[in-house]
Amino acid sequence: MSAELAEPASKIELPAGVGGGGEIPTFDITLRVRRYDPEVSAEARWDDYKLTMYGTDRVLDALHKIKWEIDGSVSFRRSCAHGVCGSDAMRINGRNRLACKTLLKDLDTSKPITVEPIKGLPVEKDLIVDMEPFFQSFREVMPFLINKGHAPTKERLQSAEDRERFDDTTKCILCAACTSSCPVFWTDGQYFGPAAIVNAHRFIFDSRDDAGDMRLEILNDKEGVWRCRTTFNCSEACPRGIQVTQAIAEVKQAILARKI
Amino acid sequence: MSATEIQSPRSGQIAGKPESGKIDPKYRRNGSSRGNFEMLAWLFMRLSGVVLVVLIFGHLIVNLLVGEGIHAIDFGFVAGKWADPFWQFWDLAMLWLAMLHGTNGVRTIINDYAEKDSTRFWLKMVLYAASAVIIILGTLVIFTFNPCPVVDGVQLPGGFCPA
Repeated sequence: MSAELAEPASKIELPAGVGGGGEIPTFDITLRVRRYDPEVSAEARWDDYKLTMYGTDRVLDALHKIKWEIDGSVSFRRSCAHGVCGSDAMRINGRNRLACKTLLKDLDTSKPITVEPIKGLPVEKDLIVDMEPFFQSFREVMPFLINKGHAPTKERLQSAEDRERFDDTTKCILCAACTSSCPVFWTDGQYFGPAAIVNAHRFIFDSRDDAGDMRLEILNDKEGVWRCRTTFNCSEACPRGIQVTQAIAEVKQAILARKI
Repeated sequence: MSATEIQSPRSGQIAGKPESGKIDPKYRRNGSSRGNFEMLAWLFMRLSGVVLVVLIFGHLIVNLLVGEGIHAIDFGFVAGKWADPFWQFWDLAMLWLAMLHGTNGVRTIINDYAEKDSTRFWLKMVLYAASAVIIILGTLVIFTFNPCPVVDGVQLPGGFCPA
């Protein structure tokens, strides 16, 4: 009796490869992760993980797979996982990238993919660095609107041209990919760094702001804009495509124009 | 007009810097270093670079291409050039600009690459001493150059000067 109630076989012929995860090509990768745990060893080491990943996966998905299925001790930061919060900047194959914006298929999967913490900031564990020195420089350029006039009853209006002037530098998400790609910052960490200058630029060139001179004075420091060597590492690293080196050059010119 | 007084986080109050956590002293910028030295150094590099391109190419063309070119260069050729105040000034400008341009470039490299303050200090001292010696020596040569040196009433051998 019960055998007659069995579901009849499907009449529709499905081509092989459709159904399940088969639509998306898979490939094998080796992810080589820089591991550091000061409670275990003072020395950092490399750990290799062999993974089967899909063509739609990003480096962050590979890290998730490791953390959730292979080794729960792997530590990294990530919040939104969609390139907005700027938490998961890391050095992928020697270049600063957001793990959540780097597709595995765009990397050379024939060789191990290296993932390291961003350089120049103190490593706390695995891929997590101490961001405090980075944020200290950010705070020192006063990244907020300063207007000495009376507060208006409605919004402060600005022409489209005036808004356009600093549009590029409003895109910063403070991921530190630029500052930690800068060779000058690597050596002693005293340099303000591209991110702080970008965020100063955003207010220096804002027509509604009154403290541009003060910010220019701050960046006319021994460790300010003049330490920039225009190596363009920062522009290359920026996940938002901000023309960082150009912004730094504009701040340099603004300081010169003010002094001379 | 009672504008609110806005204090830069880097001015005045030393302990009043806005900060939340502990920062490794290696990242701390010790005190504010006001002054325009770095700006002027940056500007000097650009301006002297442009001038040096003109001076050096002028120098190369006049010495190596014009007239008999490279075959004309000998003691007499240099003596002839330095008898003219124009070439004295040209070479002096080239010496000073090239030396200061180069010294500032190496100073920047030392600042960028030296990791210890003491290393940085001593490398720069060696650099400044070397530059000073070359600049002073070069300037002296240009201004005190005498193609017919006479020692104790006897002309030194060379054969360029009329007896």
